Amino acid sequence: MDAEALAGVVDRVINRYRRDPTCMLQILREIQEACDWVPPEAIDRMQAMLGVPRTKIEGVAGFYSFIYTEPRGKYRVLFSDNITDRMQGNRALMERLCSNLWVERGKVSEDGLVSVGKTACTGLCDQGPGMLVNNYAIAGLSLERIDEIAELIRNKVPLTDWPPAYFKIEDNIRRADVLLNADFKPGEALLAARARAPSDGLNASNTRSWREGLPSGIGGPGATLDEIKRSGLRGRGGAGFTTGLKWEACRNAQLKAGHQRIVVCNADEGEPGTFKDRVLLSKCPDLVFEGMTVAAYAIGATRGFVYLRGEYRYLLDHLNAVLANRRRENLLGKDICGLPGADFDIEIHVGAGAYVCGEESALIESLEGKRGTPRNRPPFPVTNGYLDQPTIVNNVETFAAAALIALKGGEWYAGIGTKQSAGTKILSVSGDCARPGIYEYPFGVSVRQVLEDCGATDTQAVQVSGPSGICVAENEFDRVIGFEDLPTAGAFTIFNKSRDMFEVARNYVHFFQHESCGFCTPCRVGTSLLKNLMDKLHYGSGSPYDFAEIEKLNQLLQAMSHCGLGHTACNPVLDTIAKFRPAYDKRMMQQDFTPAFNLDRELSAARQMTGRDDAAAHLATEHGGQS
Amino acid sequence: MSHTFTLDGKVVPFVDGQTIIQAASAAGVFIPHLCYHPEFKPHGSCKLCTVKVNGRHTASCTMRAAPGMVVESETEEINAERRALTQMLFVEGNHFCPSCEKSGNCQLQATAYHLGMMSAHYDHFFPNRAVDASHPDFLLDFNRCILCSLCVRASRDVDGKNVFALSGRGIKTHLIVNAKSGQLADTDFTLDDKAAQVCPVGVILKKRQGFAVPIGERKYDKAPISETAESTEGR
Ligand code: SF4
Ligand code: FES
Repeated sequence: MDAEALAGVVDRVINRYRRDPTCMLQILREIQEACDWVPPEAIDRMQAMLGVPRTKIEGVAGFYSFIYTEPRGKYRVLFSDNITDRMQGNRALMERLCSNLWVERGKVSEDGLVSVGKTACTGLCDQGPGMLVNNYAIAGLSLERIDEIAELIRNKVPLTDWPPAYFKIEDNIRRADVLLNADFKPGEALLAARARAPSDGLNASNTRSWREGLPSGIGGPGATLDEIKRSGLRGRGGAGFTTGLKWEACRNAQLKAGHQRIVVCNADEGEPGTFKDRVLLSKCPDLVFEGMTVAAYAIGATRGFVYLRGEYRYLLDHLNAVLANRRRENLLGKDICGLPGADFDIEIHVGAGAYVCGEESALIESLEGKRGTPRNRPPFPVTNGYLDQPTIVNNVETFAAAALIALKGGEWYAGIGTKQSAGTKILSVSGDCARPGIYEYPFGVSVRQVLEDCGATDTQAVQVSGPSGICVAENEFDRVIGFEDLPTAGAFTIFNKSRDMFEVARNYVHFFQHESCGFCTPCRVGTSLLKNLMDKLHYGSGSPYDFAEIEKLNQLLQAMSHCGLGHTACNPVLDTIAKFRPAYDKRMMQQDFTPAFNLDRELSAARQMTGRDDAAAHLATEHGGQS
Repeated sequence: MSHTFTLDGKVVPFVDGQTIIQAASAAGVFIPHLCYHPEFKPHGSCKLCTVKVNGRHTASCTMRAAPGMVVESETEEINAERRALTQMLFVEGNHFCPSCEKSGNCQLQATAYHLGMMSAHYDHFFPNRAVDASHPDFLLDFNRCILCSLCVRASRDVDGKNVFALSGRGIKTHLIVNAKSGQLADTDFTLDDKAAQVCPVGVILKKRQGFAVPIGERKYDKAPISETAESTEGR
C-alpha cells in the first residue's frame, strides 16, 4: 500500500471514530483490517491526528495479540489451541498447513504471503478444531479442508471469495430452557418495565440521586430494579455477584457534572471451553440488547457498550444490523418507546486477543482505548468506571435473563433453579462426548445428568468453568451446578479415561502464562515459572522438589497477585495434583532435584539448522532427547 | 481528620486519603517498595509493599488507610513472600551486580539485602534485551528494567514528555521510548528531566559518570535501605 492510500485509510478510520483517542483500540483494529498490519507510518498519522504520544499508541498496540506492528502476511492463520482443539488433532493440521505452505510455525513466509501460528481458545470447542484467518473463524477443520485452504492461500484468493461453508458456525443448541426457548418479541420487556408500578417491600425505588433525564415521579425504573432484586439473579460471568445490588449501587452513585451512567455488556468470552455467549449473540441478540436497555432504564444510564471478543469479529456486522433495526423501531436512541427522556444507545467495541480484558476493570481500560490492565480497586466500576463514570458491567447471559425478568417478573424467575441459585445456566459442553454444544438447565443439575444428556461415557474428569474453575473427578459427579456447589461461567469440558490430565493442566498453565497482562510481578513472572516447572515435568526432569515449588508458587500467586488471573492460575495444577496424582507420578522421573536445563534439547536449534536428526546429532543422556 | 490504625502492633496516625505506606513512612516505619515513590501517583505493580490488612494481602502503596485497620508487615510469612518477588525480579532480567554501575545505589539490590535474599532461587530467564547507547548523555540498559514505570510516570506527569511507556504483554512487557526509531537519541529526553533521576535500578544511566563514587562508599553501602528510605524517596 502506498503512502497516499495508507493516509487515506487512516484518515477515514480516525474520522469515523470522531478523532477520539478513547477509541484507539478500535482505530488500530480497523487500520489493520485494511492494511494487514499497523505500519509505523500509520502510527505517525495517528499521533498527529489524535494528538497522543507515539509511546501511548505503541503501548496499546503491543498489548493485544491480534494487533501487529510488524508484517504478519496477507493471510494470518491462527490455530485455536485449547485443550479440546488438541484432542481433536489441531497439531497435525497445523503441521500439515505449514508444510503445505512452506512456512515455519510462528513465522511469516519468505514471500510475506502468510503466517501460521496458534491462539487461545476461539470458542469453537463444540465444532473444533477451529482457526482464525484474519480474525474470521473457521470451524470443523479436517485434513482435506486444510489442503484446500493451503491452495486458496497459495492462489491468493481473497478471503471474501472463500467458500461460505467454511465460515458457517453452528449454534448446536441441544437443550433449551426458559432463556433459549423464550418466544420473545423485541420491545416487550421494555414495555413491561415501563408499565411496572413501584411496589412496597423492597425499596430500590429510592430516588435519592436518580433524577436525571426521565420525568419525575416515574415508578418504572425503581419497580424494574425491584424485580431484578426479587429474582435473585446473580452474575453469569463466574463471580456471581448479585445483579440487583450492582445495579442499585450504580444507580445510587453520585453523578459528577457532565457524567452519565454506563451499561457495559461483557462479551469478551475468553475462558477456554466457553462459547455460550457466542450462541446467545448469534441466536438472540435482541434479548441481550433489550436486557441492556432494561438495565439502562432501571439505573438511569444513557450510554451502552458491548465489548465483543476479537475472536467473534464475524458477528459484528450482524449485531450492528440488529442495533440499527432497534433504532428504527425506537427501542434504542431518543425517547425510547415514546417515553420522553428515555435515551440510550449501544455501540460495539471489538477486542483484540487479550483474555485479561474479561476482568471488568481491565475491560473498561480497554474500552477507553488503553492497555487492558486491571485497575487498583477500590474504587469499583459502579462508582468510577468508564471514563470515571458510574458503570455496570454484566455478562451477556445476565442481560438476557434480565430482559426476561423485566417481562415476566422476579418471582417467576426466582421459582426456577435452587434457593441460592435462581434461574437457569447455559453450559458450553465440549470434549469427549457424543453431542457437544449448548445446554441450558435450571441451576441444580448434577454433573452426572449433564454427562448423560450429552452422551459422555468412560468419563475421567470434567473441567467446570474452564481453567480458572474446578476440575471434577468421577467420585464427584453428583455435585451440582450452582453457586452453592459448582459455580460456573459456563464451560463444561469433558475428559475421558484415555486423556492425560497432566497434559490438560499443562495446556491450561501455558494459557495463563500467555494471557498474564504483565502488570504485577507475581503473575507476570510466576506464571512463567509455573509453565517452566510443568514443562520440566513434561520433559522428564521432574522430582518431588518441583512439586514443592509448584505448591509455593501457588501460595504466592494467590496472596500477591493483582487480579483474578493470577489468583487462579495455579488452580488447574492443584486440582489435578490432588485428584489425578498418578498422572503426575508418571512424570516424576527423578528422585532428587535435577536441573531443567537439558543440553540435548538445547541443541535442537542446531539440528534444525543443519537439517539433521540422526543419532549422531544427539547427545546420549539418561533423560531427555524427547521434545 | 486524624485517625489511627495499627501496624505490627504499633499505633500509626494518618489523615484521610493517606495510603498505608504514606502513613507508615510518616511514622518512620519502613515498608519495602520498588514501584512506589512519594512524588508520583502509586502504581501498585511490583507488590513488594504487600502487607496484610485484617488478615488479607493487599498492596500498601495503593490501599488507603482506614481507622482501626490491623496491618501486619514485618512478619516471617510476608517477608518470605517479598523475598520471592525480589528473586523473581532478579531472574526475569539480567542483573549482574558486581559489574553494575548502580551497585550500592540500587534499590533492588538494597531490598534484596534487606530481605536476606541469598540466591536467585529460580532458574534465570536470561532474556535478550539490547542496550540503547544512542543518546549523547544517557545509556539505557534494559537488562535491568523491573518495569516499575517510575520513569513513565515522571516523564508523563512531571516532564510532560511521555518519553517512556510500557509495551508488550505478560512476560514480554518491556519499556519503549517515544521515537519512531525506538532510539532514545531521537526523543526530547534531557539531563534535567525528572525521569532521568527516578530509576530505582541501573537502566537510565548518565554517561561519563561511571564509578564516580567507588563501590563500598555508596548510599546503601553506608546504611541499609530501611534506614535511608526518606532519602531514597527524596532523590
Ligand atoms: S527503566 Fe527504571 S524507572 Fe523505568 S520502568 Fe525500568 S526500572 Fe522502572
Ligand atoms: S511499591 Fe506497592 S506495589 Fe510496588
